[in-house]
Amino acid sequence: MTDINNNTPMEDLTIGGNIYEAGNAMNFKTGDWRSMRPVYISDKCKQCGLCFPVCPENAIPVNKDLKREDFNYDYCKGCGVCAKVCPFQAIEMKEEGVQE
Amino acid sequence: MSIRERLSGNEAAATAMKQINPDVVAAFPITPSTEIPQYFSTFVANGQVDTEFVAVESEHSAMSACIGAEAAGSRAMTATSANGLSLMWEMIYIASSLRLPIVMSLVNRAVSGPLNIHSDHSDAMGVRDAGWIMLFSENNQEAYDNLLMANRIAEHKDVLLPLMVCQDGFITSHAIENIMLEEDSEVKRFVGTYKPEHYLLNRAEPIAVGPLDLQSYLFEHKAQQGEAMKKAKDVILEVSKEFEAWTGRHYGLFEEYKLDDAEIAIVCMNSTAGTAKETINKLREQGVKAGLLKLRVFRPFPGEEIAKALSHCKAVAVLDKSDSLNAAGGALFEDVTSGMFVNKVNVPTINYIYGIGGRDTKVDDIESVYKDLMEIVNTGDIGNPYRYLGLRRK
Repeated sequence: MTDINNNTPMEDLTIGGNIYEAGNAMNFKTGDWRSMRPVYISDKCKQCGLCFPVCPENAIPVNKDLKREDFNYDYCKGCGVCAKVCPFQAIEMKEEGVQE
Repeated sequence: MSIRERLSGNEAAATAMKQINPDVVAAFPITPSTEIPQYFSTFVANGQVDTEFVAVESEHSAMSACIGAEAAGSRAMTATSANGLSLMWEMIYIASSLRLPIVMSLVNRAVSGPLNIHSDHSDAMGVRDAGWIMLFSENNQEAYDNLLMANRIAEHKDVLLPLMVCQDGFITSHAIENIMLEEDSEVKRFVGTYKPEHYLLNRAEPIAVGPLDLQSYLFEHKAQQGEAMKKAKDVILEVSKEFEAWTGRHYGLFEEYKLDDAEIAIVCMNSTAGTAKETINKLREQGVKAGLLKLRVFRPFPGEEIAKALSHCKAVAVLDKSDSLNAAGGALFEDVTSGMFVNKVNVPTINYIYGIGGRDTKVDDIESVYKDLMEIVNTGDIGNPYRYLGLRRK
């Protein structure tokens, strides 16, 4: 099941493309869809905890001390919800791929 | 022990559904199939079934609800006609591609416009490439019997495709005829319980259904559907054999009526077969070797078997109760002739478009077809292969 790829013959594919394993979204990195990139400014961050619950992609890692860390860009689609909720301007949205 | 009754085609379909007692029925009323969900909702209200009846706001929703229910792991059924099926069209493809063995009772009616509520096969022909198994029924008995076999065929592990049982609107849906019904307990035993291997409400195995399927995968998934359709042919015959052992009523891929020694033959589906049989009886008394091939299984299409069954004929007419409006032949004609060509059977074959919008097709009309076939046999000249039967023209 996990080994399905674009060389798999039709006989080995599940019917209708059904996926019989949970949690497999991890295997599908969607970060390259991003056109806007959130930039974390740790100096301004007060660790208030408002940003990570609103992330639709779970792309803001939280460590065991319940402190947020830098973005996981493998999955961040750049929606900007986190930047919108941040009361301290600790997240800035920048155009993806543009050097400053 | 079978029970002798007299029921309309719609009553027969609703009775089959009552005995099957599916988990979910989602339907929206449309003439001439309205009575099926109407009777069925009475069974629900009276506690004769424990089905969840979903009174949806459109046929698109009816099919969507069936898809949701079937994917969740339950047995779902519906009924519709004509424009109701047209409104389901998007979801018809979703049902088959997700390999959900939903069973539908389709009471064939002309798809508008201009507005018409009477029988032809334009609704069914609109979904003939949608990956549904399609069984056609000459009368109330066959509509009932096909429905009793439907779940077993559709839910078979080698198949897993949705299935529709067709019958002609009004002509059989509203005509009360004799019928042999089977005991509730016997139907329950034959149909069995639906036990899907994978389903959404299985807490032990969380699954995803209907994911994005782009260039690298859709081709293979469509080919899987095609393979399942090929396998369905054997499964239909297997289930029909078991059905015959139980009820004594024989079903194959098609019925051959006096076809063995026939020189001229008609191919048609649904109620017209009854009129053709009457005509054949009359012609046989006059010494005319006329025969009939009544197609029951339209999808999967038994092209090879049909070609073989017609190979000894001298002329054949295929009757299409739907006009493909393609400046060539009707859908059934094209399938039959391509089956013959591929299997190297070369019998002069012509096409008639007939019965459009419920235009009556009587014994005299069918007799005129056999007379045309005799003419072809005698002269060796096919003439125009694309003809109309019962059309007014100058």
